[in-house]
Amino acid sequence: MSDLLSAAFVTVFIASVIAQAMPLVLASVGETIGEQAGVLNLGIEGVMLIGAYSGFIVTLTTGNFWLGMLAGAVGGIVANLAMLVLNVWLGLNQIVIGLAITLVGEGITSVLYLQNNAKSVTSLGTAPELSVPFLSDIPVIGPAIFEQSAIFWIALVLVVIAGLFLAKTNWGLSTRSAGQKPSSLDAAGGSVIQIRSIAVILGGAFVGLGGAYLAAITTSTFTPFITNGLGFIAIVITMLSRGRILVVVITSFVYGFAVAIGPALQVLGYNVPADVIRMIPFIVVILTLIIFARSSVVPPALGTPYSRGAR
Amino acid sequence: MSTLTDPEVISLREITKAFPGVVANDRISLDIVSGQVHCLLGENGAGKSTLISILAGLQQPDSGSISINGVEAAITSPRASVDYGIGVVHQHSTLVPAFTVLENLMLGESGVMQEKKRAKERLDELSELLGAELDPQALASDLGLGQQQQVEIAKAIWKGSRLLILDEPTSMLTPQAIEHLSESVERVKAQGLAVVFITHKLREAYSMGDCVTVLRSGRNVGHISVEELASFDEHEAQESILRAMFGEDINSVGDDAAELAGATEAVRETRSIDLSSRPVRLELDAVSSRGLGRDVDVDGISVKVHEGEILGIAGIDGHGQGALAEVVAGQRPASAGSLRFDGEDVTKLGVRGRQHLGVRYVTDDRLHEGTVGSMSVALNLVIKRIGERPFWRFGQIQRKVVDAEALRLIGEYGIRTPSPATRAGTLSGGNIQKILLARELTDGARLVVVNKPTYGLDLKTVHLVREILIEFAANGGSVILLSSDLDELVELSHRIEIMSGGKIVGSVVNDKPGTAEKVGHFMTGAIEGAQ
Amino acid sequence: MKSAENDKAKNLLDGLVRSILPVILALLVAGLIMLAMGSNPIDFFSGVWTYGVTGSNLQRSLVLSAPLILVAVGLIVAFRGQLWNLGYNGQYLLGAVVASGAGPYLFASMPAWLATIVIILGALLVGAVWSLVPAILKARYGTNEIITSLVMSFIGVGIANLLIKGPLKDPNTPQPQTEVIADSYLLPYIPGTVIHIGLIIAIVIAIVAQFIFSRTSFGLRLDIFGASPKAARHVGINSTWMVILLFAVSSALIALAGAIDVLGQYSYQRANWDPHYGDAVMPFVFLARLSPLAAIPLVVFYAILATGGTLAAQQAGLNADFLLVIVGLILIFMTITEYVGDRRKLGQSYLPPGLKTTVVRLFQGGTGRKSS
Repeated sequence: MSDLLSAAFVTVFIASVIAQAMPLVLASVGETIGEQAGVLNLGIEGVMLIGAYSGFIVTLTTGNFWLGMLAGAVGGIVANLAMLVLNVWLGLNQIVIGLAITLVGEGITSVLYLQNNAKSVTSLGTAPELSVPFLSDIPVIGPAIFEQSAIFWIALVLVVIAGLFLAKTNWGLSTRSAGQKPSSLDAAGGSVIQIRSIAVILGGAFVGLGGAYLAAITTSTFTPFITNGLGFIAIVITMLSRGRILVVVITSFVYGFAVAIGPALQVLGYNVPADVIRMIPFIVVILTLIIFARSSVVPPALGTPYSRGAR
Repeated sequence: MSTLTDPEVISLREITKAFPGVVANDRISLDIVSGQVHCLLGENGAGKSTLISILAGLQQPDSGSISINGVEAAITSPRASVDYGIGVVHQHSTLVPAFTVLENLMLGESGVMQEKKRAKERLDELSELLGAELDPQALASDLGLGQQQQVEIAKAIWKGSRLLILDEPTSMLTPQAIEHLSESVERVKAQGLAVVFITHKLREAYSMGDCVTVLRSGRNVGHISVEELASFDEHEAQESILRAMFGEDINSVGDDAAELAGATEAVRETRSIDLSSRPVRLELDAVSSRGLGRDVDVDGISVKVHEGEILGIAGIDGHGQGALAEVVAGQRPASAGSLRFDGEDVTKLGVRGRQHLGVRYVTDDRLHEGTVGSMSVALNLVIKRIGERPFWRFGQIQRKVVDAEALRLIGEYGIRTPSPATRAGTLSGGNIQKILLARELTDGARLVVVNKPTYGLDLKTVHLVREILIEFAANGGSVILLSSDLDELVELSHRIEIMSGGKIVGSVVNDKPGTAEKVGHFMTGAIEGAQ
Repeated sequence: MKSAENDKAKNLLDGLVRSILPVILALLVAGLIMLAMGSNPIDFFSGVWTYGVTGSNLQRSLVLSAPLILVAVGLIVAFRGQLWNLGYNGQYLLGAVVASGAGPYLFASMPAWLATIVIILGALLVGAVWSLVPAILKARYGTNEIITSLVMSFIGVGIANLLIKGPLKDPNTPQPQTEVIADSYLLPYIPGTVIHIGLIIAIVIAIVAQFIFSRTSFGLRLDIFGASPKAARHVGINSTWMVILLFAVSSALIALAGAIDVLGQYSYQRANWDPHYGDAVMPFVFLARLSPLAAIPLVVFYAILATGGTLAAQQAGLNADFLLVIVGLILIFMTITEYVGDRRKLGQSYLPPGLKTTVVRLFQGGTGRKSS
């Protein structure tokens, strides 16, 4: 039991929670931006994988984590182009396109990885860290939180900016109206297509970034199907958070805690099968859905392509 | 300021817009002058909404032009329309229910950050102008309809409009709220704005308009200028407007023309009956329901409907009327209380059980609930008798029997369809409503619940539907008529119950003039009491 | 009369074109992708032919068709009722684990025919029960079944793996897998072939389903429910019961596919094995416009592609996951064909109107805010 209280252990545990939570935070924020504008992206799993592989391969070849993250965001945008063109512009079925993106994303990243990288186990090493002066000297929490990669801080700043934009700007207002009642936005002289396009591109960037974070920072490598349902968890978190970025962050960290607790228990000598650990978040999600079945809200126009005159 | 200069003129010339199968606007020309209220009058389907969509930039005309003071105006998008200073209050709310009043007003503003402070100042200005008190932080969904409309008007003139268009603004309002609206319109007009006021009620056109244009079948069929309207007495004005509205149909509709056109105060048309001598057909005793999600539910309702009676249920849309209709039809279970039909307890019966007893329901959602658009007219006519003899035997459809029944009902109710095999979704709204009435009133109907039975129909069909209901009651049937159209309720009902927030808040016996005001009073009272 | 016949022929042709065109386009683009990745698409496609059709390979493809047809019919049942059952992976594996887990014990203790029936009934039951959570949430609260069925799927996959690694593990092998069922207990072959009778079972079920959908009053009720749940409620169809029934049947059939696959082909189950049949079958179900019979040839086509493609992909320097790309592309081209078709008013839609316009609401109840 004394292990539980040891400072080093707690430090590692907190760092691990953060590492597990951040990809989900980024992906959920990306999904939130899309959903607030009325676009449900069921392809998020595939978008994340493409972001993860792009991030992985660029970091691996250039050795530069920043370029890797950028590549992840670009990969996410490219993957979301299918949603942009087929759904937002042409008004085709979001669910079918979403599933297609997931399948293509899974297939293509797996094939590329096995073709190019499977021969040897590749680790990317650790990203350059940024010690926050003074704060990192705080015992236990200091090294856990304030000795993260600089990428962590930038990601966090991006999330905060996204939250502020949604809440405080006219763009955010228009985005939310596109998900609530696109005809209102149209009547007010805004462009539903334009607003949703921006949301899908930005959302793709965040989701891709989440994938790249998962590969480059959290796991330091890429394996086929590395996301393992993380994208679908992001969808649920998004729906339960009702567009509030702070709630997205908090629930993602709860997830990070659930994932990090498994290895921690193993360290403490409790042997929990990996399958159980993998199932925990899904069980939490289904229980949440059962308990809050009545109280959660998604934008009313979510999933409906907008065409003027059709009500 | 602008009142001192020459009045501005917005001219529409030869506006034509066709949709597949119908010419919605056929070479319409008219002038809209600042500082005047220009009434556009016409029945459903006359082309009013299309014309508004064109002015709002939502539709582009096939041909024709719009100019402002002689300068051509290209209204190619809603944004362009807003930039020309045209503000529209649409018939269906364009407010985002989950947004606050202020957020709704700011929607569509340029600039990066939301400027709440400036927006609040502008709202104060407009509140003063409209004579309304608007809480900037209230959610749009929490506002009453009258207040919602004030917000919509504020939104329409948010950027200092030159033209304010009100599309059927009175259709959902109580008489009291209509009065308030007309005061606001006067104030806006006094600011030098042009106002276009669209209505299908003649008396509103007469009382609010400085001039009137009548549309019929997409054409401008009559214009009464400011001078003429001022010189006519009420009767003369009515006559000339009616002639324009009905054209040759005026003979077929006969005396009802004035009433259909809403020229006069509505009066009851149904034969009066002595309720005390009639047996009770349906009795609801403290019935409540717990519905799906956040719908307004039925809450402790007790009403009686007698044989041969038309019972009106008045109320603003979304106050539990739909739930009440479903509870009576058996589509929604009652969570408390009991329903007795002809003395028999039917609380536990479902749709089919009550159907067999003669309880019928004509829903207001004709397209998605009342019919299955992708199925044939014939199937839709027997859709509530699936699996029953003689139409089905051993689970197999008997096509000949179904077609024979369909042809009978098509003939009897004058449903205009190319054939019984035509997909129901391709028919017009009026014919779909006839399908519903035919299906529900046949085969032993004893009580029918009708929800907004004439909403969105053209005047001839409105007339026909009302005749059918009156006749059904005259032959001993019972009708529960849910409607947000006060005139309709007054014309048809023997008694009117007023519903608000899922409860009955008042009851009026419809046997002398002034019913509408009394009903309106209960509605307003209930709403204000609730807030 | 002549023109009516012409119309019919034209409709049939249009329908055929619309079913096949997306597949051809997807294969073309997949070929281009292969080129871009430095592989030779000709090698791949000729490999698909060689390993999927020639010699006894066609029989291998048909063996694969058996579970695929069952999964397809299962999906069709749900989709026809406008329900997105995306929990197929978990449902399939749980059905399989019933066979692979209980099989060794049952075959040892009772006659083979009885054990087979018990296993099949068990798989059906497990599948049906597993669907209850999404079904009840959907029926009671309108909770979006896409999410709930997917999440339940991940849990189902986890449970299957846990069982195989734990209580059901064959102690005689180091690998986490179940005990092998002896060949003599497996489903018999169709005489003269090495195709097990699971294929016949699957085809019979497809025919029965087709009959129910197109000829009975229940089929009509299902069509109404699929077109508009509101209309269904209006005509007195119990929508709660309908949602639960359709979900249960859909899930049970998919679980049956798992059981048949183990009893007919694999004879045991490895941990972490998940063939993702549902993902693969999904586009073909739509291309068949939710008709079980029309789905059969399309599913057999995919079985050939999958059987031949696994080896062919390796030969072309790719791996079997490339099939996912092809399937995804078919879905995309299907929506595009639909779009062009809608514009030109060609033939019928792949998706019933309900599914097509499904407004994705996680919680219907939550959207009840009045909007007017």
